[in-house]
Amino acid sequence: MEDLRRRLDGVSWVDLFLWGLRIVIILLIAVGAFNTLTSGKYTITTWISLSISGLAQGSIYALIALGYTLVYGILLMINFAHGEVFMSGAFTTVFIANYFNQTGFLNTYPLLAILILMVIAALVSMSVAVLLERIAYRPLRGAPRLVPLITAIGASFFLQYSFRGFYGSGFQTYPTVTALSGTFTVGKVTIPVVQVVVFFAAIALMSGLYWLVERTKMGKSMRAVSEDKEVAALMGIDINRVIVFTFAIGGLLAGAAGVINGLYRPQGVYFFMGFIPGIKAFTSAVLGGIGSVPGAMLGGLFLGVIESIGPNLVLEGLGIDGANQLKDAIAFTMLVLVLIFRPQGILGERLSEKKA
Amino acid sequence: MALLEVNDIHAYYGNIHALKGVSLTVEKGEIVSLIGGNGAGKTTTLRTICGLLHPRGGNIQFDGEDLSRIPAHHLVGKGIAMVPEGRGIFAKLTVLANLELGAYTRNDKEGINEDLEKVFHLFPRLAERRTQVAGTLSGGEQQMLAMGRAMMSRPRLLLMDEPSMGLAPVLVDLIFATITDINKTGTTILLVEQNAHKALQVASRGYVLQTGEIRLSDTAVALQNNAEVRNLYLGIE
Ligand SMILES: Nc1ncnc2c1ncn2[C@@H]1O[C@H](COP(=O)(O)OP(=O)(O)O)[C@@H](O)[C@H]1O
Ligand SMILES: [Mg+2]
Repeated sequence: MEDLRRRLDGVSWVDLFLWGLRIVIILLIAVGAFNTLTSGKYTITTWISLSISGLAQGSIYALIALGYTLVYGILLMINFAHGEVFMSGAFTTVFIANYFNQTGFLNTYPLLAILILMVIAALVSMSVAVLLERIAYRPLRGAPRLVPLITAIGASFFLQYSFRGFYGSGFQTYPTVTALSGTFTVGKVTIPVVQVVVFFAAIALMSGLYWLVERTKMGKSMRAVSEDKEVAALMGIDINRVIVFTFAIGGLLAGAAGVINGLYRPQGVYFFMGFIPGIKAFTSAVLGGIGSVPGAMLGGLFLGVIESIGPNLVLEGLGIDGANQLKDAIAFTMLVLVLIFRPQGILGERLSEKKA
Repeated sequence: MALLEVNDIHAYYGNIHALKGVSLTVEKGEIVSLIGGNGAGKTTTLRTICGLLHPRGGNIQFDGEDLSRIPAHHLVGKGIAMVPEGRGIFAKLTVLANLELGAYTRNDKEGINEDLEKVFHLFPRLAERRTQVAGTLSGGEQQMLAMGRAMMSRPRLLLMDEPSMGLAPVLVDLIFATITDINKTGTTILLVEQNAHKALQVASRGYVLQTGEIRLSDTAVALQNNAEVRNLYLGIE
């Protein structure tokens, strides 16, 4: 009896509430999924298709998420302007892509054209990311952590309105690449070619990044700097160079993701287009454990799949109308839940004051 | 000319005046010990020498070159290596990766491999654990790793900040024996210690630092016999 009371004394109302919340969420998911699955409305084929499109979308989140996680790993700072780094590449290249389309180059040499577009977008985003570091963040290094965070939000607006100034406020659309517009069938599942191309292009970029971080000298210095900047400097590592390189790599991946995203979702290219993917990629990074490279990759894929099957599987089963319009809500709900229940994410360390 | 000359340096942390005109010299081939109580400014002296902190006054000459404004990452290339306070190993990297980072600025693959063998010979325990993640090593092994990593740059001057801190007596003996060995192979050493007894045994000369100022400087033997040192730092009446 005494023992039980002592145990209960340690439990606060907040703990109880959180436990209750956990149980409610698990129940809702279970009930929703059970209702949908037993209703027989969808076949296994539908779930497979949804998962595949989720993986394609998720691989784009993953590419952007890597930028958040790499910078966090080195500077313990969240670069909230990273969505705009993505936008800068995607928005600039849409005009070139349309030009390539008009001249016929895009559909005569689709592979070459897409590669050129990716390189251009990567260079634009990389430059934006590097300038951002140099102008907005470097002067604030060593300032309290809230300061660069506020600056990042300011930089976000600055970039959005600068690009609106450059390219106008209208919506642009990426051209359709005929070579990617078909589908193919495996068993009973019909898969759009573009989804496969998007997925493997992203995987190729991520493998390149993984190799860079794990195997090259620069990658090793990145890991040393992320553990201890002073000792890394004592080893002869130029910290500023590593930081610039980290921003550059994050920018490169985001820019390439901008073009890949344009292939997958051609519409909605405008100055504010970085906001939602930015937040979702940030969610992916937190989900996988911010600071962890494999975590960002897995987190992105995971979020993509959840977003894709979640509305049909859970929300519909709960009788929520227009479930597919709630996709974005799923990502934000996940972000809040992860921050409450597992701030260290799946693979990573706690998002906290540690080390700061 | 001395290998290292520290001339009247003043160092600050914000408004805290941590070094108030510290001067010392280290001759080529020597072991010089810098002793002093907690907060005396020993670590700050080493940090200033290796460029992590720039002096507001005074200057530092290494082999005739002024180091006062040179950033930390250039110093290892000039021949200065540091074993930082609290070891400063990269806990998430393997023993081997830590040692390789010690040779970061070098490109002579053969020379690096040679030095790796030397380090493994000096510390056989590191050889056994070369693929192990450094964070899982014991305190003594981490100290060996920090020393081995510093040796990987083939330094002419080795700065060591309290290498015996927190180690069991057997390991302390081993570390000091190794310090002597490293010195015999031609590396000059500036050793910071709170363990004044041991530090003065291995050194040829010593300095006593107190609240940011050099209080005494003499040969190690003379310091061991100095009444004030015996009283304050050696605990002998
Ligand atoms: N990062 C810092 N910020 C502010 N004061 C510091 C910092 N590091 C050391 N100090 C102060 O500088 C003085 C010298 O410290 P330190 O060189 O670490 O001494 P020691 O290594 O001899 O113990 C102490 O008064 C200490 O409190
Ligand atoms: Mg100290």
